[in-house]
Amino acid sequence: MKIAVCIKQVPTREWQPRLNDTKTWIREQEASYEMNEPDAYALEEGLRLREKHGGEVVVCSAGPARVQQVIREALARGADRALHVEDDALGAADAFTAAQALVPAMKEEGFDLILTGLQSDDQGHAQFGPVLAEKLGVPHSTIIMEVVVESGSLKVKRELEGGWFQYVTMPTPALLTIQSGINQLRYATLKGIMAAKKKEIKKVTPPAGLASRLKVVALYAPQKSKQTVMIGGAAAEAAHELVRRLREEARAL
Amino acid sequence: MILVIAEQKDGKLNRASWEAIAAAQQLAGGQMPVKVAVFGKNVSGVAAELAGAAVAEVLAADADALGTYTPDAFVQAAGAVITAQAPQYVILPHTYQTRDFVPTLASRLDRALVTDVIALRTDGGQAAFARPMFQGKLVADIVPQGPTPHLVTVQIGAFRADAVQKGQAPVNAVQAPVDAGAIRQRPEAPFQEAKQAVDLSQAERIVAVGRGIKSQENVALAEQLAQAFGAELAASRPICDNGWLPMERQIGSSGQTVAPKLYVAIGISGAIQHLVGMKGSRTIVAINKDAEAPIFEIADYGIVGDLFEIAPALMAELKK
Repeated sequence: MKIAVCIKQVPTREWQPRLNDTKTWIREQEASYEMNEPDAYALEEGLRLREKHGGEVVVCSAGPARVQQVIREALARGADRALHVEDDALGAADAFTAAQALVPAMKEEGFDLILTGLQSDDQGHAQFGPVLAEKLGVPHSTIIMEVVVESGSLKVKRELEGGWFQYVTMPTPALLTIQSGINQLRYATLKGIMAAKKKEIKKVTPPAGLASRLKVVALYAPQKSKQTVMIGGAAAEAAHELVRRLREEARAL
Repeated sequence: MILVIAEQKDGKLNRASWEAIAAAQQLAGGQMPVKVAVFGKNVSGVAAELAGAAVAEVLAADADALGTYTPDAFVQAAGAVITAQAPQYVILPHTYQTRDFVPTLASRLDRALVTDVIALRTDGGQAAFARPMFQGKLVADIVPQGPTPHLVTVQIGAFRADAVQKGQAPVNAVQAPVDAGAIRQRPEAPFQEAKQAVDLSQAERIVAVGRGIKSQENVALAEQLAQAFGAELAASRPICDNGWLPMERQIGSSGQTVAPKLYVAIGISGAIQHLVGMKGSRTIVAINKDAEAPIFEIADYGIVGDLFEIAPALMAELKK
């Protein structure tokens, strides 16, 4: 089975946002980056399916040169090779643009199964997977918690809201967006890191005429909906003050 | 014209549909008609319920192939209605079902889609849609580009269902042809994994633990803190994903929704998927080492600091 896993490089969880001069985007060059966590679960699922059914896992990513960091990491964890659609402008690409950037190269590969995370930890549009499926002309299902490969088809467990699930069957090729927690992640071994250095990363330029559909006119810190009482001081002091306020002010104890 | 696509399942309206109607009425500002479309099989009851809103028309798209949700059928049906109605905006609640088919719909129509919108900005002539980005650390005002309609999904709880202007709208049947042969997904009946042994929605007080707890061994500390508060122990998704606490103790969009008297969040940053499950709590306490964590935006009381120091101090204080 030929499996593609689409991964995105996103700012780390610890990153403190800094805005650019026009306050319409972040200072990308000052951020530290990591693999989008839901994509890491998609990668793990791809590796497990390959171990079970054979074939190869090709990691696909659209972005500037910096995304090689997460591509290398995916190769170190066990992906066989990579496809990197490289362009500086793709760092801030919306889901439509990123999908369009990847489509020609991915179409050429002819994957049986395409996996990606259910959404990204940066822009969080939750659109990329279904849009890519539509552009590749394959069926999709989203927020998947289990993947069973049958001959010529897939049976997947789709998460619904409030603790409900549903099984859905569809023919391959198909695209699935993977929910975090579907599996336990593996980490790269030293051997994996060494092996990754020899693996192929095919660089491709994006198709011409990509245009963003979502224009960010302002980017800002969220406005508080509540007046939060911040309690400072040493731990014992803060604990004393919090419990006092919960008893006397909020009457919550 | 603004078209709202309401969501129903087996003849039962998803309440988030009212929130989408409230958003549409706000966006219209009395200057544009609002219509509501509903897709399914035997939707006349739901359509009649929706007709209680002050909208121009309720469109009922009834078809056998829409009886059980599949993205392929809904993309076809909604696409046909949108093309025939030619609205300027299409608004939907940001549910799991919306997330499953609307990106495909926007792609097939080749139109812009703004998801997870929390506020509208209509000053200055062009409508901008505010949505969280970077895990809620920032908010972006977005202006969709290209030809209309522009598709917009609104975050659950961001617009108030009780703000819907009431009225009496006509209900009209609308053609939504579906080629059943083109439906590629074969869904089975929904099920629940196990009967929920813990009903957190009934708890008066909840102590919820997140990534900040760092390891499974440390979950015991959260448990002790919950005991000291006389509270049930709950968690954010990553804790349950790791198997440190059972899934039934998960709060958020994929878990339980709660509104206790007191909610104490320790080591939870406050991703929106968690916040939607608990922001109705009466008093919210947040303890986190990161002063910028979004959880502080909805907290009544906040302590920035090391939970491994603060939790024991709190337990000592509560015992006094």
